[in-house]
Formats: sequence, C-alpha cells, structure tokens
Amino acid sequence: MSDTLRITGWVVLAALGIAAPFLISSGRWLEFIELTLFVAVLGQAWNILGGYGGQYSFGHAVFFGTGAYVQALLQFRFGFSPWLALPFAIASGAGVGAMIGYLSFRYGLRGSYFALITLAFAEAFRVLARSIVSVTEGGRGVSLPLNQDSGEVWTTLQFTFAEPFLRHAGYYYMILTVLILAYIAVWRMERSRFGAQLISVRENEDAAAALGVDAFRVKMKAICLSGMIAAAAGVYYVQKYLFVDPEIAYGPAKSVEALVAPIIGGLGTVIGPLLGAAFLHSIGEVAKEAIGALIGPRPGLDLILYGMILVLVLGYLPRGLAGLLDSAWRRLGGGR
Amino acid sequence: MAAFGRGALMLIVSDLTKRFGGLVAVDGASLRVDQGEIVSLIGPNGAGKTTLFALISGFLRPDAGAVRFEGQDILGRRPHQLAQTGLVRTFQIVRPFANLTVRENIATGAHTRIVPRREALEKADAVGQALGMGALLDRLAGDLPIAGRKRLEVARAVATGPKLLLLDEVMAGLNPSEIDEVTPMIRTIREGGVTVLLIEHVMRAVMTLSDRAYVLNSGAIIASGAPQAVVENPAVVEAYLGPGMAQRLKGTADA
Repeated sequence: MSDTLRITGWVVLAALGIAAPFLISSGRWLEFIELTLFVAVLGQAWNILGGYGGQYSFGHAVFFGTGAYVQALLQFRFGFSPWLALPFAIASGAGVGAMIGYLSFRYGLRGSYFALITLAFAEAFRVLARSIVSVTEGGRGVSLPLNQDSGEVWTTLQFTFAEPFLRHAGYYYMILTVLILAYIAVWRMERSRFGAQLISVRENEDAAAALGVDAFRVKMKAICLSGMIAAAAGVYYVQKYLFVDPEIAYGPAKSVEALVAPIIGGLGTVIGPLLGAAFLHSIGEVAKEAIGALIGPRPGLDLILYGMILVLVLGYLPRGLAGLLDSAWRRLGGGR
Repeated sequence: MAAFGRGALMLIVSDLTKRFGGLVAVDGASLRVDQGEIVSLIGPNGAGKTTLFALISGFLRPDAGAVRFEGQDILGRRPHQLAQTGLVRTFQIVRPFANLTVRENIATGAHTRIVPRREALEKADAVGQALGMGALLDRLAGDLPIAGRKRLEVARAVATGPKLLLLDEVMAGLNPSEIDEVTPMIRTIREGGVTVLLIEHVMRAVMTLSDRAYVLNSGAIIASGAPQAVVENPAVVEAYLGPGMAQRLKGTADA
C-alpha cells in the first residue's frame, strides 16, 4: 500500500474519530470507544519498544502508573494545576524509562530477561506505592477533589460538570488527542533513521552494530518515548477517574493490555495497536454480555478469553490483524 | 591528520593475542593493509581468522596487542563506533534483517552516514544496482537464497560508506558460477575506493583477487606476500595438509 493511500485512510479514521461524539449520542457506546482508544494508546506505547524494537516488556504499567501518580500527586499534594502537572507526568514516564532502560540495556539484558526485569520493576513500584504512605497515601490511593464548578472545567481539566456536549465528549477528545499525537509520532518514527535503526536492532543486534547502529542508545530512546506515551495514558486515566491506587497504577492488568493489543493487532505496525484494541474490546464486550446472559456475571472470564485469542493469533496470525489486512489487500490486487 | 593517498597505511595489527580459557585463538598475529589493496587472510579451519576479524572490528577485546586504523589506536572502541569511522565487517554466518526488504536492509547501512530516510533509500537503490541486486530490492531478505543473502551482507556493509571492509567468507556455500559473480563484485567495491581485507577459502578467488595474502595457522601468521608465493610456501602447505607433505609433494612434482 502506498503512503498516499495510507495517509488517506488515517485521515478518514481521524475524521470519524473526531465526528464520533456528534454521531453517537449513547454515552455507553462513546465510553466503549473511549476505552478502546485508551488501550490503543497504551498498546502503541508498548509497540514502540516491543513491536519496533523487539524488547518485550511485561511491566508497562510502570510507566502508566508513574504518569498517573505524578499527575495525581502534584495536584493533591502541591495544588498544581493539571496543566502544569502534565509535563512533569509525561517526563516521569521518560525518566522511569531511562532508569529501567539504563539498568537493563547497559548490562545487555534481552528477551525473557528483559521481560522479567520490567515485570519486577512494575511489582517493585506497586509495593513502593503501597508502603510509602506519606507520599502516595498507600493502599488507600489518591483521590482528587471533584470540580463541581462549570466555570472551572478547563482549569481543572475535568469535564463531569461541563456543559452537555463537553460532559458527553470531553474525556473522549482528551484520549483522542493523545492517541493522534502518539500515532503521528510513531508514523514519523517508522519513516526516520531512528525507526530504521530500532527495527535493525530488533532484527539482529550484532548486525546492526556492525552497520554503525548504537544499539544501546537506540533502545534508550525507544524506552523513553514508550514511557512518555504510556505516562500520557496515565494522565488521562487520573483526570477521568480522579483516583489512582497501587493496584490500578502498577497491577498487571495494564501491562497485559498494553502488550496484548499490539501483538494481536500486528507488531511493529502503526495501526496494529488500534486494531488489536478494537478487536479485543469488541470480543470482550460481546463475551461479557453473552456470559452475563447465560450464567450471570463472572468477572475474569474475559481475561481467559483474551488468553485464548492470544494463543490463536500467535499460532495462526504471526503478523496479527494488520498482517491479515495486508494480505487481503494484496489478494485484491492492491499495491501493485 | 594528513590525508592518506593510495598506498598509505590503512590498518596495522600488531602482536594481537586473544585467549579463551586455555585456548590461544589468536597468538601474536600482525598484519598490515594499505589503502586501495585487496588483502586475503587464509588458513585452515579453526586457525582463528574469524576471531581475528572480531578483534579488529571491536566485537571482541584482545588480551594483548594493538590495532591502528588510519593512524589511530582503535583498541577498545565499540563495533558501531568503528563502523562510523569507516571500518566495517560482514559476518560469515550471514545476519540479514529477515523481515525487511533488501532495499530496507541496505538502507539501514546507508543510514550510517545519511539521516533522511528518502536519501538512504535512494542510496540503497544505487548500491543494490551497482552490486547486481537491482532485481531483488523489493524481496524480503528472509526469502533470499543463500547466494542472495551473502550478496546482501556485502551490499549492506558497502552502503555504510566504509574505508576498510572486512569480508568474512562471502563465497562459502556458493557454487562455482555464483563465485564467478561475486569476484567482480569485490573488484567493483575496490574500484569504488574501498580497501578490502577478506577471509576466504576459495583459492581461485584468493589468487585472482588479492594483491597480497596472509596465512594464519593456530592463531599465528605463518606466511605473507604475493598469493602465488604464499601458497607455494612449504610451511603453508604443511599447515593445510600435515607435516612432511611439502616435501612429498615436491618429490612428486620433481619426479
């Protein structure tokens, strides 16, 4: 597929995304899309490091959670404006990325060792968030005060008491903005020297080094960028739910969502995480409804389903849904 | 630093030694490559040729000795730094970026000196065409037969714009007609201003291509000079065929 065609496709998708709140009046459906976009952002963060760089993280919650905590605590403890907290939160994602990256890549940890160390970091941060009560409020979590003044909607970045349309779509547009920025960043990365070098490190690190690629530096850049985007997702989460606790921030759920979406959607492709998130959420929603109707609510069953889908995709669709689309496109005679 | 003319010193390896536990893989090896030359490094299997390459290109650290590249001491520099300075190696066991096209593979090399993606891809096209891979540019590297992969390994390295190229057995595993295609390719590379040091077992190629040859045996250089003189050297014959063989062969020839 040519770039012109791809760009057209993305512009159409973006236009649909922007138009969605006008077309969809049901709060429940818009919320469904909103959460899909949230997972698509987390997934894209993971995809930079895992999909393009071949460094599989099992603990991406560490970036999401740190972004969320920094955004929440700066407001809660120091009365920062959310706008002022935002750059600190995003920088904290890069900072944690730099720390974990330095410790892992400096000592050449790859493959399953890297996966384990990221998992360990997420767990360590969870324990710390739980135990340093004087800073993080421990297991109680941090609750931000709900703004009920419709005049303060933009200064507090809270849309619960905004005028009807913003109440309907404010948070949706917040995550859509993050998503568009993140996806443009990855699109541009894919077409840059940095992107080419990152992919070469994934494909073969020694060969990359022999061609002048500084693998350590490239991986450091990737993990910082990845951390920033995951932290931005954390900012959205805190502004929307006004609450974060150690489980939400650093529990395995976010780490798993971050990696499942791009793996199912298509590793190392711009659209993969979005496709994966949309597919998983649709399946999850349908399954929840079906299971709920048949045997009553059974939380956790959707996770089992995630696992089964993951195994099937890994077995039969190594290039994910994006790969499936790509071969369908070729078969239709496109791209010749 | 003064510019190097043709014939100036490019690489000096002196008394390089590498031990792996009790095994001395490279034992005080010294060699020299001048600018514009094609120099061969030959020797029996297990002689330490690839280890010597790894030492020169920064993939391994020697236990003793020195390596100078264009007059600078390069010991301890990392492989990517050396590649950026113009000292680039290929691998005997080829390492293509299997999920990328041939063009993208070569472009990764081109990015060593070129930042914009478009220009790197153009450079990849040019290098691919020059080295006879024009028809393969859109193929996935993982789908190439072995001869294509060997060629790609070289093309990728050439695209980095090297001054000195270390080629590790680019002809191994190729059939005679494929070898006949690679020989002019290496000449083309030299004509492009690149100095070449190559490890090779295919003697026909060594004889026709190289200006000089070094013979490595058990980690030590046992002979050097013009290729013809080197292969007739009794020490070299014995290194390959066993003690006493030089005398016996000579006897057969005289009879």
